[in-house]
Amino acid sequence: MASPEAVEDLKTTPLYDLHGELGAKMVPFAGYSMPVQYKPGIMKEHLHTREKAGLFDVSHMGQAVLVGPDHETTARALEALTPSNFVELGQGRQRYTVLLNEEGGIIDDLMVTRPVSSEEDGRLMLVVNAARKHIDYTHLRAKLPENITLHVIEDRALIAVQGPEAVAAVAAHAPAAADLAFMSAAPMEFDGIACHIARAGYTGEDGVEMSVPGGAAEAIARALLADDRVEAIGLGARDSLRLEAGLCLYGHDIDETTSPTEGAITFCVQKRRREEGGFPGAARIQEELTDGPGRLRVGLRLEGKAPAREGAEICLPGGQPVGTVTSGGFAPTVGAPIAMGYVAASHADPGTKLSLMVRGRELPAVVADMPFVPHRYYRKPKS
Amino acid sequence: MTTYYSKDHEWIAVEGDIATVGITTYAQEQLGDVVYVELPDAGKTVSQGDEAAVVESVKAASEVYAPIDGEVTEANTVLADEPAKVNEDPEGAAWFIKMKVGNPDQLSELMDEAAYKAYVDTL
Repeated sequence: MASPEAVEDLKTTPLYDLHGELGAKMVPFAGYSMPVQYKPGIMKEHLHTREKAGLFDVSHMGQAVLVGPDHETTARALEALTPSNFVELGQGRQRYTVLLNEEGGIIDDLMVTRPVSSEEDGRLMLVVNAARKHIDYTHLRAKLPENITLHVIEDRALIAVQGPEAVAAVAAHAPAAADLAFMSAAPMEFDGIACHIARAGYTGEDGVEMSVPGGAAEAIARALLADDRVEAIGLGARDSLRLEAGLCLYGHDIDETTSPTEGAITFCVQKRRREEGGFPGAARIQEELTDGPGRLRVGLRLEGKAPAREGAEICLPGGQPVGTVTSGGFAPTVGAPIAMGYVAASHADPGTKLSLMVRGRELPAVVADMPFVPHRYYRKPKS
Repeated sequence: MTTYYSKDHEWIAVEGDIATVGITTYAQEQLGDVVYVELPDAGKTVSQGDEAAVVESVKAASEVYAPIDGEVTEANTVLADEPAKVNEDPEGAAWFIKMKVGNPDQLSELMDEAAYKAYVDTL
């Protein structure tokens, strides 16, 4: 995950000093100096998040707002660049989507939130990948109509708190967080600080992502870390958690050559969009939705203990290549190595026996349903 | 018994013509949680600098290079079932291989404990 930038050119987040104080091992990531792990290490950090709550600095991610005259106009402008339904996205609701190129490949995957307040009608808030933000912003500015403007937010940090105890820990400072439904968001005060909190995340657990003023980020993180349930978690465990949750990492599991259909994220293509099309690459994606794509992202469980990493060839037992691993490693909660990768659609059924080539040897693996660890997202009780 | 250290963070404990090789405490700290260790079979002949073993942490795979020439006489099979021992006792129970020293002159190029400690302090 390290990128080649020189250390002295790296940007830092508002939590940089806190990471140092906590004994983080810092690595270059997407142009930022980021904590890959803290003192407990990736394994303990991963398990702590699944058991209690982990705090992640994700301030390197891009935060931006689309501003247009009214919701429908802004939503239709974004719909022209993505396969998702934003016109019918409710106030205070969040949706996962992808920016598509003309071939139906994925420029980036992102979260889009419609503000809860009618006073902010015509706005859509975006959170995009750190490594893609400049590409995304350039793309959006080039493609959006003149009546929609992109405002990049540079003065806010982003803190994720994930795990079964995460919302309780956050609600001790921001009580309204407890009332949020999954994939919904609202502005609220955290110990009197104006924040915007979404109930979502990248671990498969319940939790929140909090957009906070950069100058208040350290105070907020310290308040949360003072809670015994909450530990600081680095990018290493963030990666192993999302892999177990079956979630894509941009640049690895999805990229400009993969369609959402191949990437098995067709849940971001809502019904109206499937039928109407009208997004980049629609012809390809609609055809793949009807006939099935030629290759598909699948989960893989390895039978032995040796992990297979990104780039490992996926073969039929005996050697015929059928695909490539895009993410792989040891899964702490599963207690075994797992991977995801693309295989020819004819070999993508769960239960299919395949081999992963590692250092010239065939590691036996089987196509597995994802997620590898069940999602435990919050479902609001019906009242 | 004399223990030597390499710049690649291996320790080499020599008794007679048999060298026991493992990775140092510093190395395991850098690797983090070890989840798998791939070791050579007994009988394999390695040259200094050859890939002799692979250590997989949660995050990444790292090669362990043969610090000297020699023939592998034994691999520590305990690590197959308990790779985490590398984190717990890297300079003891979690040795990787024993090998017959092929070229004793190569030992003099390695560091002693004091020199290795000074080397680690520069990192």
